[in-house]
Amino acid sequence: MSHSDDNKPYEYAVHHSEEEGKKARKRIWLIFWVLLAITTVEVMLGIFWKEIGISWFLVKMTFIVLTIFKAFYIVAEYMHLKHEKTGLKNTIIVPFVLLALYLIYHVITEGQYSADFDRFFY
Amino acid sequence: MSNAISVDKKEAWGGGGKSPFGASYGKLMMWFFLMSDALSFTGFLAAYGFYRHYYGALWPSAENVFTHFPFMHGDHPLLYVALMTFILIMSSVTMVLAVEAGHRMNKKGVTLWMGLTLIGGAIFLGSQAWEWAHFIHGSELGAIELGRGSFTLPNGTVELTKGIIARWSDESKQALLLPWKEAGEYIQVTGAQMQEMVANGHEIHGANLTHNEYGHPLFGDFFFFITGFHGTHVFSGVVLNFVVFVNILMGTYEKRGHYEMVEKVGLYWHFVDLVWVFVFTFFYLV
Repeated sequence: MSHSDDNKPYEYAVHHSEEEGKKARKRIWLIFWVLLAITTVEVMLGIFWKEIGISWFLVKMTFIVLTIFKAFYIVAEYMHLKHEKTGLKNTIIVPFVLLALYLIYHVITEGQYSADFDRFFY
Repeated sequence: MSNAISVDKKEAWGGGGKSPFGASYGKLMMWFFLMSDALSFTGFLAAYGFYRHYYGALWPSAENVFTHFPFMHGDHPLLYVALMTFILIMSSVTMVLAVEAGHRMNKKGVTLWMGLTLIGGAIFLGSQAWEWAHFIHGSELGAIELGRGSFTLPNGTVELTKGIIARWSDESKQALLLPWKEAGEYIQVTGAQMQEMVANGHEIHGANLTHNEYGHPLFGDFFFFITGFHGTHVFSGVVLNFVVFVNILMGTYEKRGHYEMVEKVGLYWHFVDLVWVFVFTFFYLV
């Protein structure tokens, strides 16, 4: 209803041609294979890491790095954030990253405190 | 209603009647909501990480808990969760294809891909229900939750046993495994000492909010809370997708001249997938 009141076409909706659509679909499927490959590597590493003979710490770090890669592809391409204006990108990414780092900082410092507390009092 | 109209005429923004960042009101608000929701999930996973490391050896390893696969016997650690992850990623792909078809105003394409996204979401929810049922029901063998008492570790430290979960080493129930390790192996208790532990403790099967066959009860609480909160998001996502799907069929967006609504619910759906990527890593893998 509200749109038919407007005589101008809705200016923020994205449209593209058949030709551009073909390109976009190719990109979507490429990202899909990347995400699938990363997930497969993660599961295989989870099952076989003892046989490969690397430390659990290294495996853990690999998981976290691969997860952040996956998150990047989903947010940047599927959620299209990479192609939004810089202002919008920063408005979403900067507060999140700052507050997430703040939470991680607390997990580490409070965890250290709890470990020390247990060592001295029990 | 009056508010919606003034927003569409770009009167609500100020600043020359242009929307900030060249994105519509609905899309921007969806992004802000998702950013705050992402912080909620970050908080949950941070709390999980804290307790997981705090309880160390008493914490169960997810690969020993989720070993079942439908219609298959034996141990298949991680396999079913991996399948669930694949289904959710797949439904994210069909969603982004629906958005792409919407950009070409291809009603048939949007209908097809949106329908597949709905199916993917429904399968994921069903899988989660199945996984919850298995966790709540527990294993045939069960475990012993130890009663009051103490146990001296080989290195001389004395540990209180109240509430500690001891698992059977195998189906013959000849030895209990205590959750402390010596040279990488769990400490085994047999004979009279084991019998005393069994008599003092009680047998438990499965998990609820206060008991957990596989280890510390907080593991169960975090499992129910985090996957439950995520499952609620998946459920509301499926409902939103269904509403949009009905609108696609009725030609609402065709008349409107654009499929931006698909893009907005698409953002939410990708976010649900994104959260699962992190839950998968921090709950099941690490």
